[in-house]
Amino acid sequence: MIALVLDGGIALLTIGIAAWTIRAADDFAAVVGFVAYGLILTLAWTRLGAYDVALTEAAIGGGATGVILMRAGARVKPAPVARPSKRARILVGALSAAVAAGLSAIVLLPPQPAPSLALEVRQHLASTGLGNPIGGVLMAYRAADTFLETVVVLLALFGVWSLGRDAHWGGRAGPAPRPGEGGALPLFARVLVPAGIVIGIYIVWVGADAPGGKFQGATILAAMAILAGMAGRYPPGRSSLSASALPAFRSPAPSSPIRPASRSR
Amino acid sequence: MSLAPLDAATLYGLMGAILVGLGLHGVVILSGFLRRLLAFNLLGGGVFILFGVIARRGAGAGFSGDPVPQALVITGIVVAFCATALAITLIEWLAEDDGDDASGGGS
Repeated sequence: MIALVLDGGIALLTIGIAAWTIRAADDFAAVVGFVAYGLILTLAWTRLGAYDVALTEAAIGGGATGVILMRAGARVKPAPVARPSKRARILVGALSAAVAAGLSAIVLLPPQPAPSLALEVRQHLASTGLGNPIGGVLMAYRAADTFLETVVVLLALFGVWSLGRDAHWGGRAGPAPRPGEGGALPLFARVLVPAGIVIGIYIVWVGADAPGGKFQGATILAAMAILAGMAGRYPPGRSSLSASALPAFRSPAPSSPIRPASRSR
Repeated sequence: MSLAPLDAATLYGLMGAILVGLGLHGVVILSGFLRRLLAFNLLGGGVFILFGVIARRGAGAGFSGDPVPQALVITGIVVAFCATALAITLIEWLAEDDGDDASGGGS
């Protein structure tokens, strides 16, 4: 009973944050709401017993997506408020509610017995050499899918590479404090990054037999690179150069992720 | 077909359904591209949770959930991240390309 109350609380909180994210007054607030949504969704995944998915949601769904959305929120001008007509809002609201009601009906009236491939996964798991069933599905049963997923990541990288402005490449993430200065961020980068690199590699390695995996571990490694970059400690060697020696560092850096930075045309 | 028991899976299933509805509403009704992208990701989160509920109900053979839908969701989260990264680049590109209509567009 207590567990059900906890689950209900998490569910209500998630819905509340989602609604707040959609209704938020400005873009940056909405992005912050989205990151919170990702974190609370991670709790929901652990309550569903899906720890691999919880790890992925925390690292990629909330964390990495939140980082790139924050950069965008700082660069893109806030949207002009254009409220659609009342009739359109009512129509869209009714149709969205109908979709939600239809999905709820499927949830409340499940097929009996519940469809499951758990038994098949168990039967052949030993022959894959992996102890983690989800790792087994990703790396052995659906190996071609997972390979194509990597191709999708590569294609997205090519797309971002081709469309992003040159000046944005090599720019430091987030507000740039002067390298070498004391303070929380450089200290954080010094203390956390070495441990974070070990944890990232461990998550990849342990994924064979326990919750973990290559995408999750790689995201932690990327987060460590971003943290080191924000503290001016990455890439190594550049941190000692002054800002004037590296114009690429100076020009694109948004002064603050909170205010939309003025863009140069 | 009989009514599902009131357990964690059902609760989160209803939550997922409502999240899909909320996200869909946001994608259609919001005016800024960035806000639409956020709403689209909210919608995606709801769909993934529905997969998680299916996985939970398919628990068996000693697993806490059917591993196949869970693996599909992991693939889905990574692909959604890639799509979001590409969409953000497109939004920034549009915002630089034409002045006033920057992030408004569409509606």
